[in-house]
Amino acid sequence: MTVTEGGVSVADGAVAADSSAQDVAAIELVDVAKDFGGGADSVQAVRQVDVAIRPGEFFSLLGPSGCGKTTTLRMIAGFEEPTRGRILLYGDDMVGVPPYRRDVNMVFQSYALFPHLSVYDNIAFGLQRKKLGKSEIAWKVQQMLEIVRLEGKERRRPAELSGGQQQRVALARALVNQPRALLLDEPLAALDLKLRQTMQVELKRIQREVGITFIFVTHDQNEALTLSDRLIVMNEGLVEQLGTPHEIYEQPATKFVAGFIGTSNVLQGVVDRIVGARAVVVPADGEQVLVPATGLRAGQQVELTVRPEKVVIHAGGEVPAGERSAVRGTVTDVTYLGTSTTYTVSRGDESELVVFQQNASSPTAAARPGDIVWLSWLPEHSYVFASASHDSRSPDTAAAS
Amino acid sequence: MKRGRLLGAYTGLVIAYLCLPIFVMILFGFNDTKGRYNFTWQGFTLSWYRHLFDIGGLTDALVNSLTIAVFATILSVVLGTTLGLAIGRYRFRGKAGLDLMLFAQIATPEIVLGASLLSLFISLGVPRGYVTILVAHVMFCIPFVAITVQARVVGLDRSLEEAALDLGATPLVTFRKVTLPLIMPAVLAGGLLSFALSIDDFVTTSFNAGQTSTFPLWVYGASRIGVPPQVNVMGTLIFVVGVGFAVVTAFSNRQTRGGREVGAR
Repeated sequence: MTVTEGGVSVADGAVAADSSAQDVAAIELVDVAKDFGGGADSVQAVRQVDVAIRPGEFFSLLGPSGCGKTTTLRMIAGFEEPTRGRILLYGDDMVGVPPYRRDVNMVFQSYALFPHLSVYDNIAFGLQRKKLGKSEIAWKVQQMLEIVRLEGKERRRPAELSGGQQQRVALARALVNQPRALLLDEPLAALDLKLRQTMQVELKRIQREVGITFIFVTHDQNEALTLSDRLIVMNEGLVEQLGTPHEIYEQPATKFVAGFIGTSNVLQGVVDRIVGARAVVVPADGEQVLVPATGLRAGQQVELTVRPEKVVIHAGGEVPAGERSAVRGTVTDVTYLGTSTTYTVSRGDESELVVFQQNASSPTAAARPGDIVWLSWLPEHSYVFASASHDSRSPDTAAAS
Repeated sequence: MKRGRLLGAYTGLVIAYLCLPIFVMILFGFNDTKGRYNFTWQGFTLSWYRHLFDIGGLTDALVNSLTIAVFATILSVVLGTTLGLAIGRYRFRGKAGLDLMLFAQIATPEIVLGASLLSLFISLGVPRGYVTILVAHVMFCIPFVAITVQARVVGLDRSLEEAALDLGATPLVTFRKVTLPLIMPAVLAGGLLSFALSIDDFVTTSFNAGQTSTFPLWVYGASRIGVPPQVNVMGTLIFVVGVGFAVVTAFSNRQTRGGREVGAR
């Protein structure tokens, strides 16, 4: 498996250093796997997950449907027991502990509000189970209603509320118990785009206000990048990459991550030579792509990536100069998008590169379909994929070719 | 316009068809009949309401019917609800067989079930009477409760129960606070059906009653020599109570229906 954080294995990297530095991880999954069904028809929903989530962190599990993210969350909640591995909540192993004795709470995708109870009784449900006094419950529910901005709605039934309001009740019902971690299973998926964006901001605000660890499952890459402090990208039951949104976007560790997060260009080439800390990859005659030399040797076949917005298009016969990666191609498509223009550039080996160019200045430099152009970018904007073994698992949605 | 009037007339006819026998039953409870037969209208009286319990055998039979119906309802609601939950929620070995058996039980002619139950009791040496009537009634009521509850359980969002567990409710508390209130309309409907089936059952009861009499058995026996108007009065009262229960159930159904749409999403 490939869990990398800026090229360093997680086990002996940042997380280990972090836990020894101060407190123990809020939630730690150690070698967790989950098979459904037995014998020959068993399905491996989660093949291996190792991750340590810090207290107070907004942590996301991102991946396409069927990648094992929801199963992982349900194992943390206690609705599924792992086939293998340990789940630690502040150092205590939770495997075998039923959900009603785990100090975590969940926000369900369907909200799962109790339709026969009022908003007040929904939120008070967990506190009533803890046998708190009536006045204490009333006070805590009131406080929670303020946080989610639903004051005055406590007598309503869930069916009388809008989708966004139901969402807030679900959030309040879980948060009022002050769990050691809040688990959110695609909570925004049922909302329309506008409401979803509002709720994203709300979620972040609420998380800052209550300071509880949020573990957020989503298939929406924008949502994950916007909200998370850190996230993992999952695919087919494995963790592809762990990192901050910035690291995941800028330094995709695998072809899958590069394709799943945003638009990514993928190039193939042979390492020609190592010059100092840089390796020079030659995709075709006269071209060069500069990448960090770490772990590479001359003659090696590699795949590397560059984001479309990092690429500069050189129209009008201009040739890139200086310490830059440079490749050549023919413009096949130009899409004007107002603030930016998207160019599709076809290369000799039938691969395509996508380029986003801001329309800020020099409108004269615009390339037209049929033009032969140079594309260039800075060495630090290309990354060689950690392993070629992920080829077979690249997503359908990948813009990579 | 014409079509509307036709539809109205048709609707009226159907309602009359359904209600006329009930109306006649109620009316002849007020009939000032003199002879043994209560077939022709002879004037209004409240005398039968005043002398409702004057016929000893009839009163005993009614008490038997009522208590059997109550016990049969309670027992079949408990057993049928748990069965309905199981077949609605879980997949297990033999589930298809169980489903089939429930429907077969409803579809099998009652006279066959009654007769075979009698031979079972005889071969086991069980004396026929109050208890065997009760056992027989519970048997034919369970499938109705189970199937009604199953239909409700299937439409229920499983994550509602998970949410309760997640919020610290033990499985027992989850059932009491979440599952049971949500399936309650189906449980009530099943119970109502059981009560109605039990109180006027004749076929199965006649096989397994032994020397014990119930309301339908007594009326059948009396019909050869003339049914006293008290029977009409008792029928009227049972009818009124039944309608009352049905109205209450329908009302509680309406109250939770809005919520159910959310839960079943």
